[in-house]
Amino acid sequence: MDESVNELGEYIAAKMATACRGSEVAFGELTVRVGRDNIVQALKFLRDDARCRFEILIDLCGVDYPGRKQRFDVVYHLLSPRNNQRIRVKLETDERKPVPSAVEVFSAAEWYEREAYDMYGILFSGHPDMRRLLTDYGFQGFPLRKDFPLTGYVEVRYDDEEKRVVYEPVKLTQEFRSFDFESPWEGVEYVLPGDEKASGEPPKAS
Amino acid sequence: MAETEIRQFNINFGPQHPAAHGVLRLVLELDGEVVERVDPHIGLLHRGTEKLIENKTYLQAIGYFDRLDYVAPMNQEHAFCLAAERLLGLEVPRRAQLIRVLYSEIGRILSHLLNVTTQAMDVGALTPPLWGFEEREKLMTFYERASGSRMHAKYFRFGGVHQDLPPELIEDIAAWCDPFLKTVDDIDSLLTENRIFKQRNVDIGVVSLDDCFDWGFSGVMVRGSGAAWDLRKSQPYECYSEFDFDIPIGKNGDCFDRYLIRMQEMRESVKIMRQACEKLLTADGAGPYNANDQKVVPPKRAEMKRSMEALIHHFKLYTEGMHVPAGEVYAAVEAPKGEFGVYLVADGSNRPYRCKIRAPGFPHLAAMNFLNKGHMLADVSAILGSIDIVFGEIDR
Repeated sequence: MDESVNELGEYIAAKMATACRGSEVAFGELTVRVGRDNIVQALKFLRDDARCRFEILIDLCGVDYPGRKQRFDVVYHLLSPRNNQRIRVKLETDERKPVPSAVEVFSAAEWYEREAYDMYGILFSGHPDMRRLLTDYGFQGFPLRKDFPLTGYVEVRYDDEEKRVVYEPVKLTQEFRSFDFESPWEGVEYVLPGDEKASGEPPKAS
Repeated sequence: MAETEIRQFNINFGPQHPAAHGVLRLVLELDGEVVERVDPHIGLLHRGTEKLIENKTYLQAIGYFDRLDYVAPMNQEHAFCLAAERLLGLEVPRRAQLIRVLYSEIGRILSHLLNVTTQAMDVGALTPPLWGFEEREKLMTFYERASGSRMHAKYFRFGGVHQDLPPELIEDIAAWCDPFLKTVDDIDSLLTENRIFKQRNVDIGVVSLDDCFDWGFSGVMVRGSGAAWDLRKSQPYECYSEFDFDIPIGKNGDCFDRYLIRMQEMRESVKIMRQACEKLLTADGAGPYNANDQKVVPPKRAEMKRSMEALIHHFKLYTEGMHVPAGEVYAAVEAPKGEFGVYLVADGSNRPYRCKIRAPGFPHLAAMNFLNKGHMLADVSAILGSIDIVFGEIDR
């Protein structure tokens, strides 16, 4: 299984020399990185090439890395039922530059791209019907971005006097508590009280 | 009298409609009774599951998977556990694998029973749901006896399952199998040759295999169109490869074929359950029900009374939670409705960095416009019933 995945990765990298920006195999899964503008070409190749035949777009989603210059990953998961293979195609983009839409290659991309736009604000060019999908009518913001608060900004309730549902800013009866249970011995990013002394001069032995 | 009458209608189907299977709002554009365009408005049940999972530890996140497709909860947990286990490099012991298979099949029957019978109700039959729900109730009792909860079980854990099954329960499940086949036959006799049921389903919502692939279908939808594609056979996980079962496929790709496949799959699931029960009761299936890894699996209560180590592990696992090594995986299971996948990105901390849930119903519902175009208004509910959607997983 692992070898065939490696071979396939090399084959794809060789065939898609212009589009492919590298491929890797991790946990037995093949990931191919492509440039943003080449995605439609790459997907077409993966769908139609006799050795690939990735005919099903299983999933398309965004991932947010706010620290990066190209903030978003767009991740495509493809499946080839004929060859019983899976592949992951990844590209990087930011808030401004649109990704060419994959709808012409896979009809299934229509809703997945709407969802990625809805959740992350990733733009897709050439999409036939770009509207928000999962969030409320008139919703503002992109909820799955890492800088969007878990509680959101608005809450709704039914107002008996106005006889309709009203939107109000979120009021928390108790401050939002983000529990951090990470062990202070490994992996925390803040400085523990007292630790600041460690970087200074070592205490002189008296 | 060449008076042409404009017969354009716009109809709101749902969000509160008994045949909408949850909170679906379909905006239908009709020409007389013929559907010209369907525009599903979803998201009325959107709870931000993916966002919540990013803010919870791995163990806490399992509970959200029960609430996705709430008619087959454990199948969803399964995908998430498989994803995390692959990142952790964790081996699941044999007994736990058998239990997982057994309960996944129970979930499959739960879902198919609900779908087949409510599809019958959508096209006008009231008796099948009453018969089917009686059996569902018994199955949910099995859920309860294993996990303490009828639906939101949170029973599959990383490295195995939460608790062992007592032998009486396995015997009861084994004893349930044969009488249930009789119930399936009864429902079969009510529906399969029923004239109204056939008139409403045969040749309705036909999809070709190429269209299935194009629209990203999976599960019963592709099998109905003739592809023998089932992840349990083609990409076996757990110990499915050693079970003896068949994959029913359809020829016409219409609603009726999909109904027949679901009926047959229930019988096949019973076959798997019977084999799993047999194995669990013999020495073959005896042994630990959880992986032997103290950094992932919480200690047993009795152990905690004696061992300081166990107490510390218990405290750390239930507060900080386990750390999953950085990486990304996509794990999929054959859920009753199709391929249920979890794309998990871990950054090495105790919380998932990103957890994309690939719900099988999502691409199915996305194709509603394609499936319904040119059909009559009454067929909308038949097609909706046969693509088997549950809003918990679509809206997430």
